[in-house]
Amino acid sequence: MTVSQSIWAVLERRNIELGPEGEATKTLTNWRYTKDEGGVVWLVLNRQDESTNTLSEAVIAELDTVLNELHGMGAKALVIRSAKRSGFIAGADIRDFQGVTELGEVEKRMRRAHEIIDRLDDLSIPTIAVIHGHCLGGGLELALACDYRIAIAGSSFGFPEVLLGLHPGLGGTYRLTSLIDPVEAMTMMLTGRAAHAKKAKKLGLIDEIVEERHVKTAVEAAVAGELKRMSGGLKASVLGLGPARRMAARRMRAETEKKAPKEHYPAPYRLIDLWEEHGGDDSAMQRGELRSFSELLVGDTAQNLIRVFFLREKMKGLAKGESGIEHVHVIGAGTMGGDIAAWCASRGLRVTLTDLDPRAIAAAVGRASKFYDKRLHSNLDRRDALDRLVPDFEGSGAAKADLVIEAVAEKAEVKRKVYQSITPRMKAGAILATNTSSIPLETLREGVSFPDRFIGLHFFNPVTRMELVEIVAHDGASEQSLQRARAFCGDISRLPAPVKSAPGFLVNRALTPYLVEAFVMLDEGIPKEAIDKAAKDFGMPMGPVELADRVGLDICLEVARMLRERLSDPMPDVPKWLADKVKSGETGRKAGRGLYAYDENGKIKREETQKSDGEAARGMDADMADRLVLPMLNTLVRCLREGVVADEETADGAMIFGTGFAPFRGGPLHYARERGAEDIVAKLRQLEDKHGERFSPDEGWQVQENQPAR
Amino acid sequence: MAKGAEPEPKPTRRRSAARRPTAWKVASPLVGDPRKDDKPVYLVDGARTPFLRARGKPGPFTPVDLAVQCGRPLLERLPIARDAFDQVILGCVNVIADEMNPARVAALRLGMGEAMRAFTVQINCGSGMQSIDTGFRLIEGGKADLILAGGAEALSYAPLVLSNRTAGWFGRFATAKSAWERASAIGAFRPDMAKPVIGLERGLTDPITDLNMGRTAEIIGHAFGITREQADGYAIESHKRLARAQKDGHLAGEVIASVARDGTLYDYDDGVRPDSSMEKLAKLKPAFEKPHGRVTPGNSSQITDGASWVVLASEEAVKKHKLEPIARIVDSEWAALDPSVMGLGPTLCCTALANRRGLTRDDIDLWELNEAFAAQVLACLAAWEDEEYCREILGLNEPFGAVDRDRLNVDGGAISLGHPVGSSGNRIVLHLANAMRRLGLKRGMATECIGGGQGGAMLLEVV
Repeated sequence: MTVSQSIWAVLERRNIELGPEGEATKTLTNWRYTKDEGGVVWLVLNRQDESTNTLSEAVIAELDTVLNELHGMGAKALVIRSAKRSGFIAGADIRDFQGVTELGEVEKRMRRAHEIIDRLDDLSIPTIAVIHGHCLGGGLELALACDYRIAIAGSSFGFPEVLLGLHPGLGGTYRLTSLIDPVEAMTMMLTGRAAHAKKAKKLGLIDEIVEERHVKTAVEAAVAGELKRMSGGLKASVLGLGPARRMAARRMRAETEKKAPKEHYPAPYRLIDLWEEHGGDDSAMQRGELRSFSELLVGDTAQNLIRVFFLREKMKGLAKGESGIEHVHVIGAGTMGGDIAAWCASRGLRVTLTDLDPRAIAAAVGRASKFYDKRLHSNLDRRDALDRLVPDFEGSGAAKADLVIEAVAEKAEVKRKVYQSITPRMKAGAILATNTSSIPLETLREGVSFPDRFIGLHFFNPVTRMELVEIVAHDGASEQSLQRARAFCGDISRLPAPVKSAPGFLVNRALTPYLVEAFVMLDEGIPKEAIDKAAKDFGMPMGPVELADRVGLDICLEVARMLRERLSDPMPDVPKWLADKVKSGETGRKAGRGLYAYDENGKIKREETQKSDGEAARGMDADMADRLVLPMLNTLVRCLREGVVADEETADGAMIFGTGFAPFRGGPLHYARERGAEDIVAKLRQLEDKHGERFSPDEGWQVQENQPAR
Repeated sequence: MAKGAEPEPKPTRRRSAARRPTAWKVASPLVGDPRKDDKPVYLVDGARTPFLRARGKPGPFTPVDLAVQCGRPLLERLPIARDAFDQVILGCVNVIADEMNPARVAALRLGMGEAMRAFTVQINCGSGMQSIDTGFRLIEGGKADLILAGGAEALSYAPLVLSNRTAGWFGRFATAKSAWERASAIGAFRPDMAKPVIGLERGLTDPITDLNMGRTAEIIGHAFGITREQADGYAIESHKRLARAQKDGHLAGEVIASVARDGTLYDYDDGVRPDSSMEKLAKLKPAFEKPHGRVTPGNSSQITDGASWVVLASEEAVKKHKLEPIARIVDSEWAALDPSVMGLGPTLCCTALANRRGLTRDDIDLWELNEAFAAQVLACLAAWEDEEYCREILGLNEPFGAVDRDRLNVDGGAISLGHPVGSSGNRIVLHLANAMRRLGLKRGMATECIGGGQGGAMLLEVV
């Protein structure tokens, strides 16, 4: 039906204003410009062979050429726009940043870029950025160098540099702090959070929000000087004073410390220093920004986070293509099933959610709507997502779905029974996926009449936050089904990691030794806070004890048992008290009590942590982090050797996006490589002598040792 | 009924004196033998929400929310693409301001596609049946093959409205241009202007006679000698029948649970009071004509939210989509009469429909007669046994005859279920088809009285 879709296919090209029609005055590789009858030059960025505009060195260099030519043209004003549907400019071209190590070279390149952007800023004619979609990082810095920013409804603005271990480096630090309330500006740069058009207008970051159809008129008004420019406001002048800045900076440091410890994430602290010292003095800040940005860029944190950026890009690349999936049927409305359903519906898919217990379905809808309240921005979006999430009490969805995801109890016979009842009703070509975390697909596929379309889609808890989905293959699964499953991940903004059907697949198998080692340490009398601290000091977002509580001790126990049964991986015994704890219902955060006690909001109770702070730190030593982390690395090397996962990058990406493995280390295997395989093997041997066979280095390290460090 | 009794309210008499002497009228264009080239029309499936009592504040669902709640699972279980329908017709009486043309809003929210034509029909308590009838006639005439017809009503959302006087004052205030004008407008405000008019109460009052629906039931209850005890006894039976149907699973598939945004599950018609008794009902005071009346909240239909859909298909659509129809819609009839005795509407349209089809009372195996009021249902039954009424009004040589209670509203009705006015007509057609199926019966009649002085009837045959 699609009547209206086809209507828009016809009308859409009439709806974008890129300046005068017809032949451009001049077309360069990435830019083209045209002068209209009123003397306004429309400069349009349309990067060659890219779907999204980013600022590469070449793009900036070409801008310089354009600025040179502008002089002789008698231009009355300059409009800058993007021809890409996806948005204005999504930031710097990160490829330019990859693997740079020469500080001097970086500084030289950055200085050149600054000069060009400054020339734009210095133009005597009105300059107007017309912005749709994403305007991020370097894109926003370019826009900030213009006199006016006219935003099209739906656009968003932000400085995500901090997520790459950087801060803005093309004048953003001082242009933003002098344009808007400096505290708001710093918050934007420190959190990396984007502001939607409305918020940006409120902040004074943009001058006007218009619909696309009014762009031409809005530009004319700006050129005629009828558009009121936003100004910095009162707070800016107060914060021009040193003492006020120092106070604000102290608060910022305290806030930042909660999220990103200084030793692992230097960028936000450098940014705060920069502003505290030079805020209000643009040229000093520019010099400081140039230097600080260049230093950060060649540092380990930024380079590792850039690696993570490309790991994500690589996984996104796997998720390209057509999935042919519009309707997902989810069986089992527990935490996983319910959350998978809610997530898929929020990403625009039609979802039927079924369960034997109608109350479980209803509860899942309630959870979904709470999530939508937080994450979706308009009531219309919330309504539509809830409309797409269909409680399916009769289980009818199975017959119409393109993908059926089974998320029932982790028992092979229960799952098989489900398959028996639904597979005859499923439509031709539909995929059946299991969310099992532990049962081999070879066991489950017996009795499935179409093993080629049976696969594993292993989501991670919480589904709404963990980006990873393991795509589990088995020898009967067709490449087409696997490709569709990967593309499905792309449809729902998740990252696929293809893995083989081996016990625990990749992530759980590698994570379990880490968790079990923590249990052993607890058994040795090491306080749980000390264990968690060791892991957090290494850079994990939370320690293994807290993580085990999050995952659920019952599940940890089950997975550990299963791995011990099915694999020859040396693993320590799970302490008996843990099994007892699970039996008595203390299964972790979901039960309000596990290894920690939790309040009703799921936060660890304060008194709980304080009580044991004073305990003697028996068995604590400098090896703690290695004891936790090295078994994980050892297992990953083994998985790589056994072909559970195809390559190191996928393994690293899976651990980062599935478990939150310290991102600034660039991934577990990258960390191993940086540290040196020999060093790790030596350490493992040492731990083996002290603690037993479970630390015995895998033979896969030999391959690692033969590869040079990057 | 006392011989020569005058119709009660005077305004009616004045009006009828000024008009043609005919006391009632059936819809004329469809009277006569069905034409040979009429195409058969099937009722393929249907589903409704639980009917939820209004509890003094807006309920968890708007009319369209309700239509979406039961429409989604219905469309899901049919082997038809959602955009394969020709159109969507929805009955709704109290349309809320956010959902103008609720049929179209529902069609879009149900994902039936931007190209889905949809319109809303309103004939008060007959709206949900009117949507079926409109779809029925379109398919019968070969103009459509597949139609989704429903009814949706959220009486708990019935608005508080400003009185005309208040609205006039507000208009003056809002358009005041100068400060002086505004000040003088403020000065004109009177405290009683702040008192809202309860929209629901106005909606249930006939505008021509200014009689509340409950009073029209008092009028015909009196005319046909229905006592308070009889009405209460009928009400108790309605609750018992619904409770039994719920317990025995007779509503499975027809009633599909609804889920509110907060995760609350609504999975049954919550107006049911299985423990209702004569003693309890006797304690209730008359609601409309105090202190002597016979109509109480206990023997009236309940103020309720709910929606219902049925799927109508032509022979071709049945074949094309491999559908399994429940019933065939044979014919329908509408009648209009004096608004003050609107409760007798069913006697007129059912009799006319039976006559046209050459059917007698005994040919009808099962009845759904919407329970607006117990006294009104009982008055209809009494009227069919009343020699004078049947002769003078229905034009029958002998009384139509008693409709056996065992064949009437076998699984309860609006007194126990509630009466979301725009939905009830749809529900009784759907339930009639399902109940006939279950009981192995062949032919059934669904009928309702309609506020404002009309009646609607639909004749179904199980296939």
